[in-house]
Amino acid sequence: MKRSSASLAIGLAFTALILAAAGLSLVWTPYDAELILVEQRLMPPSAAHWFGTDQMGRDVLSMILGGARNSIAVALVAAGIGLGAGVPLGLFAAAQGGIVDEIVMRSNDLIFAFPALLLAILITAIAGPGAINAIVAIGIFNIPVFARLARGGALALWPRDFVRAARVAGKGRLRISLEHILPNIASVLIVQGTIQFSLGVLAEAGLSYVGLGAQPPAPSWGRMLAESQTYFALAPWLALAPGLAIVTTVLGLNMLGDGLRDLLDPRIRRERAI
Amino acid sequence: MVRFLAGRALALVITLLAATLVVFLVLNVVPGDPAAYMMGLGGDPAALAELRRELGLDLPVWQRYFAWAGGLAMGDFGVSYTYRVPVGDLILERMRVTLPLTLMAMALSTALAIPLALFAAGRRGRAADAAVSGLAQVGLAIPNFWLAILLVFVFSTTLKLFSAGGFPGWEAGVWPALKALVLPAVALALPQAAVLTRVARGALIETMGEDYIRTARAKGLSERRALRDHALRNAMIPVLTILGLQFTFLLAGGIIIENVFYLPGLGRLVFQAIAQRDLVVVQGVVIVLVFAAVLVTLAVDAAYALADPRVGKGRR
Repeated sequence: MKRSSASLAIGLAFTALILAAAGLSLVWTPYDAELILVEQRLMPPSAAHWFGTDQMGRDVLSMILGGARNSIAVALVAAGIGLGAGVPLGLFAAAQGGIVDEIVMRSNDLIFAFPALLLAILITAIAGPGAINAIVAIGIFNIPVFARLARGGALALWPRDFVRAARVAGKGRLRISLEHILPNIASVLIVQGTIQFSLGVLAEAGLSYVGLGAQPPAPSWGRMLAESQTYFALAPWLALAPGLAIVTTVLGLNMLGDGLRDLLDPRIRRERAI
Repeated sequence: MVRFLAGRALALVITLLAATLVVFLVLNVVPGDPAAYMMGLGGDPAALAELRRELGLDLPVWQRYFAWAGGLAMGDFGVSYTYRVPVGDLILERMRVTLPLTLMAMALSTALAIPLALFAAGRRGRAADAAVSGLAQVGLAIPNFWLAILLVFVFSTTLKLFSAGGFPGWEAGVWPALKALVLPAVALALPQAAVLTRVARGALIETMGEDYIRTARAKGLSERRALRDHALRNAMIPVLTILGLQFTFLLAGGIIIENVFYLPGLGRLVFQAIAQRDLVVVQGVVIVLVFAAVLVTLAVDAAYALADPRVGKGRR
């Protein structure tokens, strides 16, 4: 019990920090993240530039703040696509059963069989690199995750008495799915949402590292890492700042997910209490 | 058991068929003519038409699909547009880098994760357990390419123990070749080890609550021996599932790491092929990876059925 609340607190704190950084970058950054001042290039961290400057004299802290916005926007929308398309599919499959269920689940298996990262790279390389295509590429692979989860949860609920009662009362499958099934699987979906959110942050970083994410001059953590490699021996802070930003975001979201799961799932709570 | 496996094998074939269709359709709506790309700017239209005919690009889409899929069934992956060699040979050659890299990463990750999970599960709830869980939590959050950059900085730039990239080839000897794969394998393995540690620890703790463990403990077996001799074996099912997933993830997941270290593996092959619109190569690699994924899933299912006779009987 104690550990799960600690996990929740740390996760909330880290997540809030990154969300605040992303929000702040909308209205204010110490410098213009796209401002190139070649005479100030590769300056180590100082009072004027907390995280130093890069090979083009841009302020690294400002780029990290802007990168937070990009990273969170991509991962959040991609998780939203997964939830928005996957959950209805899963609920529908469970409610209909039979051939519909079979088709939905086999299509899921098919998407799962594809190497996700490679396909995301393929999609962005074909459709053209950029944040929007990165969102689509990551989002597609979130759909079967939520579909499977929603279907599994729903199937376990359909034989339960309260659902049967609703059927006897004359409610249709759609209404039962929305009014009785969905609220009961919401907590599981939220927990999975934080996990897919964090995986999305990692995937976005990977895509922009190979040059297929957000395009310059928009700052992105993955591309900052790619550019830092050449200058690592001269300016190690260039590789440390974006890497630590990614770790903080993913760690925060994962711990938030763990904490929420322990909080929302009474079975685990009981086991912990022993 | 036989019926169960036969059913799974049939599902495998259907999945593969569907996968060839999806891959082919996705790639053939791609804007950009591979032939035009190969000719470069200002190519002679007659030569372009000639090249298109030579590559079979002048045929209708459905004919090209059946030619390609039919070839696949015979083990013929087609001929690369840019390299002008059979795609199958290209893939086999690159596998000589990617497969050892994947296996090395998996061996490292398992060798690290299982002892850590046993250690943590034996001390659950205590400080040592919390430390392992915390470490795994951090490991999960580290992108493998960032780890790769840090490893290169420490072990090649600073300590000069390993080269920063490149691959000498197996012809240069087993040791130099393996040495070139060490840093990439570590970069791939550590985040995977974090996942595996968490899963194995969870599974171990769950089995430790079972009655037969309690019986073994009541008969005087020490907790550590109960863990190692009884719980570990029964916790293997979730561990096997994750290992199967990791194998296919690593085969494809090397794509970024191979680019960091300039390794001539499958990842770099497909990356270059995408850039050069060498679609036959891209199709071939994706299909090989899908095949590996489905095959590993089948193997894991078979392993379950062998390990636990209840599996496969209760299913539809």
